[in-house]
Amino acid sequence: MEHLHYRQANQRPADASASVSAASASNATRNAGDACTPVPVASAIVGVVASGNLEVLVERALPDDLCEVDIRTSATGFADVWQAVIADFADRGALGGLRFSINDGGARPDTVSLRLAQALRAMAGGQV
Amino acid sequence: MNTLAQPEQQTFPPALNGDASWYEASARQRIDGLLDAGTFTEFLGPGAREISPHLSIFDLPTQFDDGMVVGQGRLNGATVLVAAQEGKFMGGAFGEVHGAKLTGLLRAAAVRRVPVVIMFETGGVRLQEANAGELAIAEIMRALIDARLAGAPVVGLIGGRAGCYGGGSLIAGCCSGLAISELGRLSVSGPEVIETNRGIEEFDAADRPLIWRTMGGKHRYLLGAVDAFVDDAIPQFRDAAITLIANAPALNLERVALVQSTLAERLARFGGCADAADVWRALGVAADVDVPDLEPAAFLALVQSLKEADHDVR
Repeated sequence: MEHLHYRQANQRPADASASVSAASASNATRNAGDACTPVPVASAIVGVVASGNLEVLVERALPDDLCEVDIRTSATGFADVWQAVIADFADRGALGGLRFSINDGGARPDTVSLRLAQALRAMAGGQV
Repeated sequence: MNTLAQPEQQTFPPALNGDASWYEASARQRIDGLLDAGTFTEFLGPGAREISPHLSIFDLPTQFDDGMVVGQGRLNGATVLVAAQEGKFMGGAFGEVHGAKLTGLLRAAAVRRVPVVIMFETGGVRLQEANAGELAIAEIMRALIDARLAGAPVVGLIGGRAGCYGGGSLIAGCCSGLAISELGRLSVSGPEVIETNRGIEEFDAADRPLIWRTMGGKHRYLLGAVDAFVDDAIPQFRDAAITLIANAPALNLERVALVQSTLAERLARFGGCADAADVWRALGVAADVDVPDLEPAAFLALVQSLKEADHDVR
C-alpha cells in the first residue's frame, strides 16, 4: 500500500462554492428528478474499490484557493504517473476548496482521470 | 454556510432508468431506486471514514463505507431503514465495520419499530477479518430477531452478482420475508467451497447450470425458501419490498414451531433428492418442462399451478 499526497495552491474556487447555501432551496425539485439548475453539494462519492477501479471522495473542506489529493493505492511505485494525472486534472479544473480522497484498487490512469472528472461533476450537482 | 436542506452526498452513478437491472446496479443505485426519490439520508457515510481496521494488515485497500451503505428513507411514503452491500468491494463480504453498521441499524429498528430492508450481495464473511466477521454475523442475527420481536419487519432482497452466501444466507434466513430474482443465488456454502471440501463429484463449481438450478432464484422459490420471485428490475424489487413489509408475519413461538415443522416436512420429502431437477419432479413439475429455460411469466404460472405455490412459511 502506498500513500501519496498532492497539494495544489493558487486554484480558482470550485464551481458555485459561493452559492451552495443559496441554491439549497431547490433541492426538493432536483431530487424529484426535475431537470432544473444543478445544486452543488458538500461532498460526493464516486466509484468502488475493486480491481482496476477506485473510489473518489470529494469534500468542500479547504480554503478557496487550495486543493488536496490524498491517495492510498495498492499499486506501489507509480508516484510519477499519479503526479502527472493529478497535475493534468488540476490544470483543467477549478478545484479550489476541494479535498479529494482516493482509495485505489490499481486503476489505470484513464480510469483515474474519468473518476476525478465524475467526482467534480457530482460536486457541482450535475449528472455524472 | 451549509443549510439543513443541503444534500450530504451526491452519489455516482446517478439514479438509473425505471427498468434498470438490479443485478448490474451498485449498492447506492439500488437504494436510490428502492426509496421514494430524494428521501435517503445515509448514516456513517463515506465522509465518516469508518474503514476496516484489519485490511491494512494484509496490505489491502479499504473503502470509506466498508462496502455497507446504511441509512433511512421513505418507501411508498412510509419511513424505512435500509442497508445495501456493495458486491464489487471484496465480494460484499462481512467484516467488523461492515457488520457493525448493519447491527446498529437493526438495533435502531427494534427501538423505533421501523421496517428494515436489507439488500444482500455477499460471499459471506471476509477471510481477512474472519473472527470479527463471524461475530458480526452472530450480532446481526441477534439484532434482527430482536427487531422482529419488537414488531419491526425485516425483509431481504437478493439479486446481485455475488449472490447471498455464507453468513449472509444465515441472516437472510432470519428475515420476515425474502424476494429473489432468477439471477439471485442463495446458499450457505458457495460452489467453490463445496467443491473444495467435498470434491468435484459432489459439486462441480465450473458447472454453471448446476449452480443456478441448485442455488438460483427459481429453485429457491419453487422450494419455498423465499417468498417472492421478481424480474431483474429495480422497480420489481421495490414493489416486492413494499408487499413483503405489509405481509410480514409476527415472530412468536407459534411461528417458530410452524417454520420448524415445515422445514422437517421439506427435509423428509426432498432429502433424498440428488439434484434440484428431482425436487421439481417430486413437486409435480412435468418431466418435459425445462424450469431453467422458462421465461419469468411462464415460471410464475408454473408455480401457481403447483400446490406448493402457497408459500406461507419459508
